[in-house]
Amino acid sequence: MAFRARHLLGIEHLTQEDIRTVLDLADRYVELNRRTVKRTDVLAGMTQINMFFENSTRTQSSFELAGKRLGADVMNMSMQTSSVKKGETLIDTAMTLNAMHPDLLVVRHGSSGAVNLLAEKVNCAVLNAGDGKHEHPTQALLDALTIRRAKGRIGRLTVAICGDVAHSRVARSNLILLNKMENRVRLIGPPTLMPAGISEFGCEVYDDMRAGLEGADVVMMLRLQKERMDGGFIPSEREYFHRYGLDAEKLSYAKDDAIVMHPGPMNRGVEIDGEIADDINRSVIQEQVEMGVAVRMACMDLLAQNLRAERGRAATEGTYV
Amino acid sequence: MTLFLENARLIDPEALTESTGNLVIHNGVIAAIGAMSAPADAQVIDCRGACLAPGIVDIGVKIGEPGERHRESFRTAGLAAAAGGVTTIIARPDTLPAIDTPETLEFVTRRAAEAPVRIRHMAALTKGREGREMTEIGFLLDAGAVAFTDCDHVTTDTRVLGRALTYARSLGALVIGHPQEPGLSKGAAVTSGKFASLRGLPGVSPMAERMGLDRDLALVEMTGARYHADQITTARSLPALERARAAGLDVTAGISIHHLTLNEFDVGDYRTFFKLTPPLRSEEDRLAMVAAVADGLIDVICSMHTPADEESKRLPFEEAASGAVALETFLPAAMRLVHAGHLSLPQLFRAMALNPARRLGLPQGRLAEGAPADLVLFDPDAPFVLDRTTLRSKSKNTPFDGTRMEGKTLATFVGGVQVYRNEN
Repeated sequence: MAFRARHLLGIEHLTQEDIRTVLDLADRYVELNRRTVKRTDVLAGMTQINMFFENSTRTQSSFELAGKRLGADVMNMSMQTSSVKKGETLIDTAMTLNAMHPDLLVVRHGSSGAVNLLAEKVNCAVLNAGDGKHEHPTQALLDALTIRRAKGRIGRLTVAICGDVAHSRVARSNLILLNKMENRVRLIGPPTLMPAGISEFGCEVYDDMRAGLEGADVVMMLRLQKERMDGGFIPSEREYFHRYGLDAEKLSYAKDDAIVMHPGPMNRGVEIDGEIADDINRSVIQEQVEMGVAVRMACMDLLAQNLRAERGRAATEGTYV
Repeated sequence: MTLFLENARLIDPEALTESTGNLVIHNGVIAAIGAMSAPADAQVIDCRGACLAPGIVDIGVKIGEPGERHRESFRTAGLAAAAGGVTTIIARPDTLPAIDTPETLEFVTRRAAEAPVRIRHMAALTKGREGREMTEIGFLLDAGAVAFTDCDHVTTDTRVLGRALTYARSLGALVIGHPQEPGLSKGAAVTSGKFASLRGLPGVSPMAERMGLDRDLALVEMTGARYHADQITTARSLPALERARAAGLDVTAGISIHHLTLNEFDVGDYRTFFKLTPPLRSEEDRLAMVAAVADGLIDVICSMHTPADEESKRLPFEEAASGAVALETFLPAAMRLVHAGHLSLPQLFRAMALNPARRLGLPQGRLAEGAPADLVLFDPDAPFVLDRTTLRSKSKNTPFDGTRMEGKTLATFVGGVQVYRNEN
């Protein structure tokens, strides 16, 4: 069995084999999730804490459901209202939670690297549910699963990632994963929303959407944050939709069987036309949500196995982990 | 009181030479250098072939007095300096409150007597370092200020800066600027580029430094002021500096030892001890700056010693404090440049002792008869692994923790008095 990692902090640290292991296991959880009785007990007796320093309904409920279906005791901590507001540092918060002996810690934080910092200070498995503009590994894994199920493979595909790449951890994790799995990645967006030095990452950069979509197998749209729409990075919402919003005309440049993805929540009429989003022949946006639960179950299952193995070793060696 | 240092490798940054010989210290001054024998009443110290150079003159050391004594005091900074071969600290005015009145300057001058090395003070250029009204430059000069700077606060109002430069020129005062375009650098934690994008950290283009320098140099040309750029760290700034020199402007430039020995990728996995202002640059920039120091285009190497406590560093990278302590690691870090063949020892001490002293009008920095006997005796090759807990600074935020280094201070003299001796 591959996947030896203790934490899931980013795609950066995973190998091709790790990624395949997660996706294969997730496939099995997709089947489980489609049954009436969805519960297993692989995490029975374990405690999962979801710490979301940034608001998120979708990701948090996906992790919560994943944990519950695996039989873990799941606790959600709403960090916006907690002692963080009273000036407690991230590390103190982590140490406090650590003293309660959680087994899995799911963390989202607004600062890049914050989850790495936290992982150094606790002795349980940490899952990065998004840190600043750095990584969002489970999103990239669920996107990979969605692609593999729709296209029959995750490799040798041309994938276009469109929109606000600069501020997107989803784009970063996907770029790294798709490169690791030997795909051709194109980034499309206005130059003000492209990070510096991005062309050195092994991808092609386009500011013309039609040219970028030419012959693509997968079109991955990114969410454009409302606060970036008014003159700071782009002139206006309507000009953005005109130049970079996905509509039927622009999509016609991609392959006929190209699939359309979006990490959600969507801004209809800003980055994606409502008709495209709802087109069951093209859009796999609902599948992405379904795959999300399965992929998170797979990740937590694998991390819990490693945690048990590590604790088992520690017990025979007489040390406590 | 006469001291006789024999059998030393003498590093002369003025003549750019190295030679073996002896040195006589009498009444705190270098009395003789050469092959002579010991005067009758002298105390003899055998240097055993170790290097003897003028003590380091370090422009831009942050000391936490007043306001942040938990980070560093004059006493701890002085002990760290003595152990690092720094014999003159030029202290920064970015304290709480800022050193912007003769009264606060008098306070720190009094407090500085606790340190075993010489301490000279810079004063703020504008009140509260806020960039609105100039300080009492005349009174502050009379009270002993050696230069005027708002440190990393850039005066955005060019009219205010222009007037301050004009006024400073009439008094012959040196103004030290921090070249940076604040509109571009706002919120940045690292240099923009591949590394910043990989880590998802907000970056600043190296062009922000060029723009800041261009603006400052235009104002220097307009006013005729004496100007020193605290840190020039990117190759893109060098042509502007060269042009200003060629045009005869009274302009010098410095760089921190960290920007000469580390690059942006050293930040690695969000290591906040590597977060500096300006941020670490690319390897190409680092090499260009090392060459500029060797050529003399960059005049001064400084430590930019900036103590920060653990609490302000144990945070997510973007939120963490900026800066590193460096007084004790300055010399061994600089030895990397010598061992790598980029600089000779005399070139190094030209940038660390002679040039900064000259720029500030101080008599230090020379290995010559009649110069103050501020000296450092060191073994350039002695290896060690740095353990940050052994640092004398109150704050231990060094990027070199656990690093193999070469170069140990054996003894430090200030005014002919030995203020440090390595016991090992």
